[in-house]
Amino acid sequence: MTVVFILWLREVKKYLRSRVQIVASLGGPLMYLGVLGFGLGPVFRRAGEGSYLQFMAPGVIGMTVLFTAMFSGIAMLWDRQFGFLKETLVAPVPRLAIMIGRTLGGATVAVLQGTLIFVVTLIAGFRPASLLAVPLAFLVIALIAVIFSALATAIGSSLKEMQGFQMVMNFLVMPTFFLSGAIYPLEGLPKVLGALTRVDPLTYGVDGVRGLLIGRTHFGVALDVAVLVGVGVLFVLFGAWRFSKIEA
Amino acid sequence: MSDQPIIRVQHVIKSFGKVTAVNDVSFDVRAGEIFAFLGPNGAGKTTTIKMLTTLLRPTSGSLELDGLDPATHQTEVRRRFGVVFQDPSLDSDLTAWENMDIHGVLYHLPRRARRERTETLLRMFELWDRRDDLVKTFSGGMKRRLEIARGLLHTPKVLFLDEPTLGLDPQSRNQMWTHVRNLNQAERVTVFLTTHYMDEADRVADRIAVIDHGRIVATGSSAELKQQTGTDSLEAAFLALTGTTIRDESATAADQMRQVARVWRR
Ligand SMILES: Nc1ncnc2c1ncn2[C@@H]1O[C@H](COP(=O)(O)OP(=O)(O)OP(=O)(O)O)[C@@H](O)[C@H]1O
Ligand SMILES: [Mg+2]
Repeated sequence: MTVVFILWLREVKKYLRSRVQIVASLGGPLMYLGVLGFGLGPVFRRAGEGSYLQFMAPGVIGMTVLFTAMFSGIAMLWDRQFGFLKETLVAPVPRLAIMIGRTLGGATVAVLQGTLIFVVTLIAGFRPASLLAVPLAFLVIALIAVIFSALATAIGSSLKEMQGFQMVMNFLVMPTFFLSGAIYPLEGLPKVLGALTRVDPLTYGVDGVRGLLIGRTHFGVALDVAVLVGVGVLFVLFGAWRFSKIEA
Repeated sequence: MSDQPIIRVQHVIKSFGKVTAVNDVSFDVRAGEIFAFLGPNGAGKTTTIKMLTTLLRPTSGSLELDGLDPATHQTEVRRRFGVVFQDPSLDSDLTAWENMDIHGVLYHLPRRARRERTETLLRMFELWDRRDDLVKTFSGGMKRRLEIARGLLHTPKVLFLDEPTLGLDPQSRNQMWTHVRNLNQAERVTVFLTTHYMDEADRVADRIAVIDHGRIVATGSSAELKQQTGTDSLEAAFLALTGTTIRDESATAADQMRQVARVWRR
């Protein structure tokens, strides 16, 4: 237990110390919020969908959590050769404890970063429908964070070369974001796109957060949470299995 | 008991696909000695260390550390050794103290013991005054010293040092070996080291094994190797044993990353 705790603490400490990085990683989400928010806002309103900022804020929070969680895991590849990971791999503790500590640490960092963006959206004018639902929304955000941290651990454990990093960004992280309905409504999509959005776990995450924060949901929050918990369990098991197979 | 070897390697083979990195290697290391494992680039030194430190399983053959098989008794074996890998494994965003402390927790040292021994070791390796500084502000020599101090925190029986002096100036190298020798005397820790500096091996090692193309080509004290080859320096003996051709091993994923690391040296 102390092992899990200290590895978790390590990730959080490092995050809080990296001021520059925190600010830098706000860039992407801010751009989406600013450019898309103002650019598409009028169209969205004319289509009778209401405020685009209200609609998109949960999506941008989801995006931040996705990117932060994935990045911490993919950095593992470097860490394995030139970093601290090898130190933990030869320590007399179960691999599972190390994996859980790292993954929870990565997930916590992603939630913290998501919180920061949440505050930014508030400043930009986003207004949750009910304050009481905010803590619940953060539980959903935590689920998203665990899912993608675990997935990132699985990928970080399996990649052999640095080139793999680009592949993962282009063929996994970006599609996960764009197919999630973070920036467009899920209603009335073409069949193929609609089917693709349904296999993307982030879709349920964003839908759940949106349901809780602005009362607009496609699947219903209960189904969203059920899917997220299921996928979460699956990905954590998968991540633990891949992590146990690392040969440094 | 003391003539029981602390490390025993017998007919070990390790292949990566078509490459046979270690090819039927056998040797013993005696408890309490300083053992140097020498060989040209790509000879199989790091691969051997990885097998002894539970990171890789041999394709065939048997390994023992303190009578235990690293492949089947991972946890027990891990408690018994400390290691400084060829590539750095410190967390450079944490302080020296934090790096030591996490290590202590990973090795289940009680809080008191963790603190006391961390202080002793940091003082010994002349890092005490910098204990609260982030590791990324350290020089190469300081980082290496910290890694060795960390590897010794849990009082291991064996300390593996894979090219610990690579890239250090003569002063730092000299000082590092003095510390290692002192610890070897004081705590009876067995030291298993690799280096490309023959003068270092000559000075600190009790016994030497030379490996080339995955095979052991000679073992013995420095004097014995010189005598065997009819040379008067270890460097000359080494060249006589391994030839003068340069090794053109193809680069592994790790080598490629090392190239990048050199450019982005932090
Ligand atoms: N993971 C791997 N996959 C494929 N080949 C590998 C791998 N690790 C090592 N090798 C190959 O095995 C051989 C031995 O490598 P090893 O790293 O053990 O050499 P070394 O003696 O430590 O060399 P150096 O002095 O350069 O560190 C080399 O030919 C290397 O390319
Ligand atoms: Mg090596």
